[in-house]
Amino acid sequence: MSQEQIDKAIAKDYAAGFTTEIESDTLPPGLNEDTVRFISAKKNEPEWMLEWRLEAFRVWREMDVPEWAHVHYPEINFQDISYYSQPKSMEDRPQSLDEVDPELLATYEKLGIPLHEQEVLAGVAVDVVFDSVSVATTFREKLAEAGVLFCSISEAVHAYPDLVRKYLGSVVPRKDNFYAALNSAVFSDGSFVYIPKGVRCPMELSTYFRINEANTGQFERTLIVADEGSHVSYLEGCTAPMRDENQLHAAVVELVAMDDAEIKYSTVQNWYPGDAEGKGGIYNFVTKRGLAHTNAKISWTQVETGSAVTWKYPSCILRGDNSVGEFYSVALTNNMQQADTGTKMIHLGKNTRSTIISKGISAGKSSNAYRGLVRVGPAAKGARNYTQCDSLLIGDKCAAHTFPYIESKNPTGIVEHEATTSKVSDDQLYLCQQRGLDPEKAVSMIVNGFCKEVFKELPMEFAVEAGKLLEVSLEGSVG
Amino acid sequence: MLSIKDLHAEVDGKTILKGLSLEINAGEVHAIMGPNGSGKSTLGHVLSGRPGYEITGGSVEFMGKDIFEMETEERAHLGLFLAFQYPVEIPGVSNMEFLKAAVDAVRESRDEEAFDTVSFMRKAREACTAVDLDQAFLKRGVNEGFSGGEKKRNELMQMMLLEPKLCILDETDSGLDIDALQVVAKGVNTMRAEDRAFLLVTHYQRLLDYIEPDYVHVLADGRIVKSGDKSLALELEEKGYGWLEVEVA
Repeated sequence: MSQEQIDKAIAKDYAAGFTTEIESDTLPPGLNEDTVRFISAKKNEPEWMLEWRLEAFRVWREMDVPEWAHVHYPEINFQDISYYSQPKSMEDRPQSLDEVDPELLATYEKLGIPLHEQEVLAGVAVDVVFDSVSVATTFREKLAEAGVLFCSISEAVHAYPDLVRKYLGSVVPRKDNFYAALNSAVFSDGSFVYIPKGVRCPMELSTYFRINEANTGQFERTLIVADEGSHVSYLEGCTAPMRDENQLHAAVVELVAMDDAEIKYSTVQNWYPGDAEGKGGIYNFVTKRGLAHTNAKISWTQVETGSAVTWKYPSCILRGDNSVGEFYSVALTNNMQQADTGTKMIHLGKNTRSTIISKGISAGKSSNAYRGLVRVGPAAKGARNYTQCDSLLIGDKCAAHTFPYIESKNPTGIVEHEATTSKVSDDQLYLCQQRGLDPEKAVSMIVNGFCKEVFKELPMEFAVEAGKLLEVSLEGSVG
Repeated sequence: MLSIKDLHAEVDGKTILKGLSLEINAGEVHAIMGPNGSGKSTLGHVLSGRPGYEITGGSVEFMGKDIFEMETEERAHLGLFLAFQYPVEIPGVSNMEFLKAAVDAVRESRDEEAFDTVSFMRKAREACTAVDLDQAFLKRGVNEGFSGGEKKRNELMQMMLLEPKLCILDETDSGLDIDALQVVAKGVNTMRAEDRAFLLVTHYQRLLDYIEPDYVHVLADGRIVKSGDKSLALELEEKGYGWLEVEVA
């Protein structure tokens, strides 16, 4: 019996053992191989998926927590975390909005979120399942007509194993970094999208997920594959604040754009940032990366206002000739929030082009860092990058940092970097107030103006929400 | 409408206004003239509530209310408007957006309904034409890349849309060519009304050729040293400020 066979035999026993022995829906804290087997077994995953997770776990065990980011937080004990919990049952949930934290409801109100959606977001036990299922069915039919595959990643593992095996980890390998390895071992759920050759996805993949994404858990995994000449726009997240019991979130998003394909990925992140003193709040450590083949285009747009600590660098590997990468970002930090975010543009193919527009806004006592790498490889003849990196400070207790890394190994590459730092000036506030605007409204208007270049990249209905979101996130930052 | 009694004020610890008194009634146009550093601009900012401008004595009532207890925006809601000498830029915020927000805020404070977007846009376009600015300025960022004259006309446009009770124009005429000056004057003259008053802060008599004031005051060393009618402005134009300072001394 080979070692591999032994391992397999053991794996099977454990998997079986766990499913029968453990009735509970939530795992006790701790992470070892059994935890990984348990998660995999809970999802009835095939052998190859379990093996893939276990390999990731083994790699992860040998890795160290990255410490280079400009953020500070107490050390995380990864054995203190529970890695699997079932969504709350209907009986355990609030029975109506009356039982939900009024502060949360007030925020929903300000953001103009419809009542039935508030109920879903707040986790109220209403019969929305029926509702959303029927909505989902309509969408699915429309997508199926176009040949678009769109489902949860757990479902895809069973339904489209060939595609998942081929592309999962192909852009972000398991050993890529500490959190990517952790995610690969224990990912809870996420979404899978496949757009066939030459197909233009008939809708924004968003409205549907806005309702259904709420319970994907703390280790989200997303895989989007756009086959040759196809086109898709994907929207992640929600402007409504998300409360979550899990403090650590480590997601992985992989995008594959085949020849002539285009993927537009937009994110609004508004996880709980903690209170004004910095207590509580989510640690958000995300790995997002796209691979662009010949003539392909990948565009990341993000609006980041939540989380206590954000560590996130949506990147593009421009492998194919003439491929294009874009990164548009608004990152806002208030109170004690810390963000270290930016992008990587890796130019490998000839005549590859990339654009980076980053807007960082710091208020309160927060710290906001832009970290970006532009690398032009030896074969990337005629590569071009333009980077514009603007910081806006509100008050005098916050901080903004810029860490640009530029590496060019081809003499024909052109890399431009522009950076500015400005303050919301007292004179601007005075002008606004003299015209009758209160200081908070004034600041939010000035900040929205500062972000305009990025907001215009967002899908229409989201741009309006993003503006409102900034207004809510900035509350209490002046006066 | 406005009653200033024995007003004392400091900026950065330096006393600028030293016992200024002035009464303005609805329907009147007052001009304040005076040499550099006499405190003309300070008066406008003290009235509107600019941060850093400290009141050390006296009182000001506007529309029957003690305004020193009020925030800058509350004074604006009450109908106080200051056209700035050097208006700042607000990049990325379109003029239209800014104007709508300001008018909405003022109307809301008076429990009036907000204009719908279409009718507001019509009003804004009219105001734009009235101050001889191209419609394109409505889409541009507030004062962003405007010339000096364009900024002044933009201030005037805001004043027209906000329909204030008291309009303070802080050296709106400075740096304007004769055509722009006439545009500003025409704007002010059309706005003159029974229930509205103007306080024109100016260096030169020139503006008063086009806007006829009811009263002219001379401000020197933080106080009004002489008041008169339009003829006082002409006298100043002829003799300068020197003779007044001698007379006061």
